[in-house]
Amino acid sequence: MSTAIASTGFSQEAFDVFLAARDEPAWLVDMRRAAWRRFQELPMPSVRDEEWMRTDIRLFKFDRFGLPDLSSPASSHYVGSPLLSAGVNLGGHAVTLDGQTIAAELSTKWTEQGVVYGSLDALVKEYGERLRPYFERRVVDPFKDKFSALHAATWCGGTLLYVPKKVRVDEPLHALSALSSSGVDLGKTLVILDEGAEATMLSETASTSADGGGLHCGSIELIVEQGARLRYVNLQNWGHEVWHFAHQKAHVGREGRLQWTIGALGSRLAKVNQHVALTGPDAEVQVNGVMFTEGRQHLSYNTHQHHEAPYCKSDLLYKAALQDRSRTVWRGMIKVDRDAQRTDAYQRNDNLMLSRDARADSIPGLEIEADDVRCTHGSTSGRVDDQQLFYAMTRGYTRREAVRMIVAGFFQQVFDRITIESVRDALGEAIGRRVSDIKEFATP
Amino acid sequence: MTETLKIKNLHVAVGGKPILTGVTMTIRRGEVHALMGPNGSGKSTLAGVIMGHPNYEVTEGTIELNGKDILEWDATERARAGIFMAFQRPMAIPGVKMADFLRHATTNVRKPDRKEGEQLIPMREFRKELRDKMTQLRMDEEFARRYVNDGFSGGEMKRAEILQMAMLRPKFAILDETDSGLDVDAVKLASQSIAEIGGADMGILIITHHDRLLEHNTPDFTHVMLGGRIVETGGVDLARELYTEGYDKVRQRHPEDAAVEKEMAAEKKFVSGVA
Repeated sequence: MSTAIASTGFSQEAFDVFLAARDEPAWLVDMRRAAWRRFQELPMPSVRDEEWMRTDIRLFKFDRFGLPDLSSPASSHYVGSPLLSAGVNLGGHAVTLDGQTIAAELSTKWTEQGVVYGSLDALVKEYGERLRPYFERRVVDPFKDKFSALHAATWCGGTLLYVPKKVRVDEPLHALSALSSSGVDLGKTLVILDEGAEATMLSETASTSADGGGLHCGSIELIVEQGARLRYVNLQNWGHEVWHFAHQKAHVGREGRLQWTIGALGSRLAKVNQHVALTGPDAEVQVNGVMFTEGRQHLSYNTHQHHEAPYCKSDLLYKAALQDRSRTVWRGMIKVDRDAQRTDAYQRNDNLMLSRDARADSIPGLEIEADDVRCTHGSTSGRVDDQQLFYAMTRGYTRREAVRMIVAGFFQQVFDRITIESVRDALGEAIGRRVSDIKEFATP
Repeated sequence: MTETLKIKNLHVAVGGKPILTGVTMTIRRGEVHALMGPNGSGKSTLAGVIMGHPNYEVTEGTIELNGKDILEWDATERARAGIFMAFQRPMAIPGVKMADFLRHATTNVRKPDRKEGEQLIPMREFRKELRDKMTQLRMDEEFARRYVNDGFSGGEMKRAEILQMAMLRPKFAILDETDSGLDVDAVKLASQSIAEIGGADMGILIITHHDRLLEHNTPDFTHVMLGGRIVETGGVDLARELYTEGYDKVRQRHPEDAAVEKEMAAEKKFVSGVA
């Protein structure tokens, strides 16, 4: 039903066919070819690489996947059930399936003000020259590793949001990326808020079947220009067999504001680089992360708060609850350039272990070249306590209710920071549903 | 018929070591029982085992609520059947507001058959009741918005326990050293509060070292525990003797139990020394 895969593996032949079918501006084709060469040159990351030493991907094989066949249009029958948009008055929405756009809509209220929203595939052809400088900024480095190179060469589908100067979009835009079983998603998200613009974007991913596999190799680029304000949410909710590789980065200019909330519930293995660069003075970024893992999931996050300019503030809080034999890795870095005086930067990672077999690695880091800064970090890992459970039970809670309550309380601190109600509700509910009993804690 | 909580010949072990060696006690609804005894005599263990703490292993004897054996019930079932314990050291639950915690708890206890996800007591009704009880206990309204026991002072924790008891309206309540760590005024207030919130309607077991908590809750019975057994039961006079004169006389009257006490203390030391 869904997109056929042209051939197995990401072969030269398949890439040529893919390029020919896309009919894109020459500058973009050149960028893709350069990235493709890099993809071919770069080795697979290995556990000997610092960044990958805790994330073993030896079982991942490129040749099990391939480029989408663009000659057969994606099924448009897919109707997802998004979590983030329930009860929200949307300004627009977009849906992709296996990296092909199957629906895109923006209310005329916003098109009239010059807002552009929808399929990046289609819009890059329409607005090529206007978008070119943003592509050439290379917010995400296409040559960073094998996955970023593959993505830069082969991205397709994806979503663009462009908000012109001083336009304030007060209705959230929603994007859903869906993956069919064994499908491939190479989606790229590009958000551009021009000077003084404001917007809220809610994006989420989902698999058409909960246990279906697949590959996501994607990117998110957020460009927040001077004085602009963006609230961006991405909820990763793929099926539990999906490989998820993503490079995500924001540029926040002078006096820009970004609130970036990440929810991570799905995938078999996720390796995500989430970076924020504060590029102009007085920029402010808040990053919120909510993770819940179960089964044998492995979620690995590299976060990077890069202070390039003075008087900026960044504040990162990641909270993860881990169940069963799942595992999370968080490596956080605050980097302060020499000129970024009066930086105020914070990073924190808290983990709540819901089973004895779960494991959370938490590795904060600081790299500071300026001498007048305030940078702090912290991390905690704890278990749900037997005594806590007993206490709640003596107040009439069932064991399961007690566990859910304790988990909800654990996330409250980060929920308090998320200013979008539908996002809080969706995350809270999705997590609540997943919390199962913790039998192994019953014995002393 | 008067409701009863009956403990018969109760033997309890923790990690294979006997802690209680045959405790018998009957509490009727409306009675106040004081349980006294030196540290390590097994008072808190008795409280925990009545409440259903999973770490305590009952090796012999029974606990019955109105004639029904409750030993197989977990703490949830016991709470919903009307048994309450005020903890000596209550647990913090960060991120969960006192009011939300209590609304859930109150609903569960008042509707013992409630399944997870079913309706809670209506917000307005609950808020009003909570506010009334807090006023009665002279607690600041702000209290309800704080996270459960998170960053509470010793006194605040104990008052929060009494507030919970007031809301849950148990048939039987065990107060495990609700006076410890409190100053004189705070104990007085706690003592008054317990009496005010309808102590007369409950069967209460007060575990204490001091007399102040008993000031407004005159015990009908005083039990003295030594070496894992209740060695004496008397009236209010016995309580008075103990907090004025200590336990030496009791030890003299019960040399065998005093020897067991010594043995248990030595063993405890040894175990903690190894750990």
